[in-house]
Amino acid sequence: MRHVTVDFDSVIENVREEWDYTNRRALMSNLDLARWQFAITTVYHFIFVPITIGLGFLVAGLQTAWVRTNNPKYLKATKFFGKLFLINFAMGVVTGIVQEFQFGMNWSSYSRFVGDIFGAPLAMEGLLAFFLESTFLGIWIFGWDRLPKKLHLASIWAAALGTIFSAYFILAANAWMQHPVGYVINEERGRAELTDIFEVLFQKTALATFIHTIPAAFFTGGAFMVGVSAWLLVKNREKLMATTTLKTGLVTVILSFLLITITGDWSSRVMTEQQPMKMAAAEALYDTTNRAPFSLFTIGTLDQSRTVFQIDIPGLLSFMSTGDVNGVVEGIKDLQTQYEERYGPGDYIPNVPLAYWGFRLMIGFGALATLFALLTLWRLRRGGIPKGRWFLPAMLSMPFLPILANSFGWIFTETARQPWTVFGLTKTTDGVSPTVGAASVLFTMAVFTLLYGILAVIEFKLMIRAIKVGPEVIDTSDFEVGIGGDATKKLTIAY
Amino acid sequence: MELTTFWFVIIAVLWIGYFVLEGFDFGVGMLLKTVAKNQAERRAVLTTLGPVWDGNEVWLLVAGGATFAAFPEWYATLFSGFYLPLFLILIALIIRGVAFEYRSKYGDVNWRARWDNAIVAASFIPALLWGVAFANIVRGVPLEVRNGVIEYAGGFFNLLNPFGLLGGLVTVSVFLTHGAIFLALKTDGAIRERARVLASKIGLFAAIVTVIFLGITVTAFNEKTTTFGLAAIVATAWLAALGMNHKGREGYAFIFSSVALGFAVITLFTALYPHVMPSSLLESASLTISNASSTSYTLKVMTYVAVALTPLVLIYQGWTYWVFRKRISATQIPTPESGVLDSVQ
Repeated sequence: MRHVTVDFDSVIENVREEWDYTNRRALMSNLDLARWQFAITTVYHFIFVPITIGLGFLVAGLQTAWVRTNNPKYLKATKFFGKLFLINFAMGVVTGIVQEFQFGMNWSSYSRFVGDIFGAPLAMEGLLAFFLESTFLGIWIFGWDRLPKKLHLASIWAAALGTIFSAYFILAANAWMQHPVGYVINEERGRAELTDIFEVLFQKTALATFIHTIPAAFFTGGAFMVGVSAWLLVKNREKLMATTTLKTGLVTVILSFLLITITGDWSSRVMTEQQPMKMAAAEALYDTTNRAPFSLFTIGTLDQSRTVFQIDIPGLLSFMSTGDVNGVVEGIKDLQTQYEERYGPGDYIPNVPLAYWGFRLMIGFGALATLFALLTLWRLRRGGIPKGRWFLPAMLSMPFLPILANSFGWIFTETARQPWTVFGLTKTTDGVSPTVGAASVLFTMAVFTLLYGILAVIEFKLMIRAIKVGPEVIDTSDFEVGIGGDATKKLTIAY
Repeated sequence: MELTTFWFVIIAVLWIGYFVLEGFDFGVGMLLKTVAKNQAERRAVLTTLGPVWDGNEVWLLVAGGATFAAFPEWYATLFSGFYLPLFLILIALIIRGVAFEYRSKYGDVNWRARWDNAIVAASFIPALLWGVAFANIVRGVPLEVRNGVIEYAGGFFNLLNPFGLLGGLVTVSVFLTHGAIFLALKTDGAIRERARVLASKIGLFAAIVTVIFLGITVTAFNEKTTTFGLAAIVATAWLAALGMNHKGREGYAFIFSSVALGFAVITLFTALYPHVMPSSLLESASLTISNASSTSYTLKVMTYVAVALTPLVLIYQGWTYWVFRKRISATQIPTPESGVLDSVQ
């Protein structure tokens, strides 16, 4: 909270603010630390989530192909990518527990304000999605020799369905923070209260985010599969299997990118309508403009005070925001004035460089991966993998590009909503736990960061190792045991 | 029944599910190095948890999510108040989950020894801290009204009072016994025999601390006479579990230890009702099912969801236990000394 006394003249006031600002930055309040902790734990968690969703469905698809055709290459691919999927899944699960707890731990005031509404999709996610995911994945991992083929196949589909439900509920919860609907404010209790659950769950913002995020998850899973398969092919291993999975991955990447583009376009329009400041920040558009251009990149300062170099596509921002190249896009300065009128004095401008570059890096990394995928697919048409020196580095970068795109996309979405946590209703500064001191948040943040760092190294090494070891030799007669198991036979899967 | 009371019951049911299921997970984890002496035995023990531990842990996530939805004030005060214990539990659960998945990927003995230690420690810490947390909730913690909101006014060390630590001792010893009974039920050979003996020994100690703990709970921290009856059920079921274990009737032993655990949670929640977090400072600063709850509309929505989904979850989770019902013995572990990632072509 910033206290400005009217008795001070403007010069002293400025000095004070400047001092306050530097002071806060130097000391890191519990608010700053809680924000950093949320950013670190959430971005980290979301490295694993899209891989789980995308790869889960791809593995389910490969296993379906095996059950239908009995072609052993599909079984080999299912087991191999299944193993990689599980190394990744473990990290997604354990880092997800933190997500469920930290609203209450670090953001208790936020939780009190939104709990009546925000808690519902979280509880539904647990009941409908987490149970489905965890239970059926357990069955799938250990059930190869316990279940009939088709029932075992159904278990991975059930788990994959669970990941989709999970995504839907949590995105609906997030969409409510971007665009609150179906609520009233209870002044006496000082909180938002739910009036219409269907509005919360099925509002346009939730649907737009969902159909943008799910293809992005497929994109991530597909790119992962492309990178791994291409590496195997370059090393001249598992040609039959790897060619199939490379093609599967490439097609997934390209089709997903099409969907991401279409839904991203819809998302921008919804965003412009509901959070115009976010769109203006994404383009660093300070003045209201018609036929607004979209700059591919800028060298210099973003507020146009010193532009060294900029490439613009005329009218593109207007088109993205309004669907018309001549449409009027409101600028940051006008919006700040409007918001001050509506919400009272304050700074309503998010971190513009972060929004501007986050938006571009999201698109850029996604487009780069798609370009690599198109080039590879084009060469495959003539048979054989590309020979150029670009190929291996490009393929090795494939699994990482979507992860970067996803991260920057979320960093953009969440930071450019600031200063709000729930747009127009409550600010981030008012959400932090008043009883948790900066030292506690600093301590937990340091331990989380350290632990996450160590686990990242371990996970990465295991993943690389599992890829290098490659697919295992499978004897399908091992699978014939039946429900319940057999107390004398060797297990096919053991921890 | 009032919707707030109904949701208080649902939260209790979720904690029953969590303590009965992850309770034995924690017990098995803590006992890993004690009951299993070689690689084949260790892997057999871990494989009994393999298909189920993650599903068991979801009960906690749902208990957290349901508390957020139905009693946001409880969620906010509890989670921000019990900050460090919950943080330690989170760290332990992260390490434990990863340890299960990664431990046997390599044959390297140091790699495995490190993860084994991690599993033992990361099973002990939450087992202890859940007991400390629940004992303190029932006992009452310093809560006060600040800016119109009921906040926790104590620190970490307020929670480590004798009664809180006794609660921790109860959960650790009860989970150890429950886990040993589960292992006796799910394994064969030497592990089964060791687990049975351990269950008897630790079970007696657990019986003593539990009786003391529940005795204090029902006499000092509430006035309801029903809690005496409930505590008596806990004691009876627990003794029945130990008796069955002694006779080698592991299935019944597990059922009775689950019943005892379930009724222990019911006793605590009954003692608590209608509070959700009583204040040790001032009655008016206590959180109750009414001042902590969501609106009746939200509770109604969540009731439909819970009533529709909970039976379904119980059916398919129950089915998992049916699918993996056979005992696992150390001799069934293929190549116990090596891991799938040992050899590169």
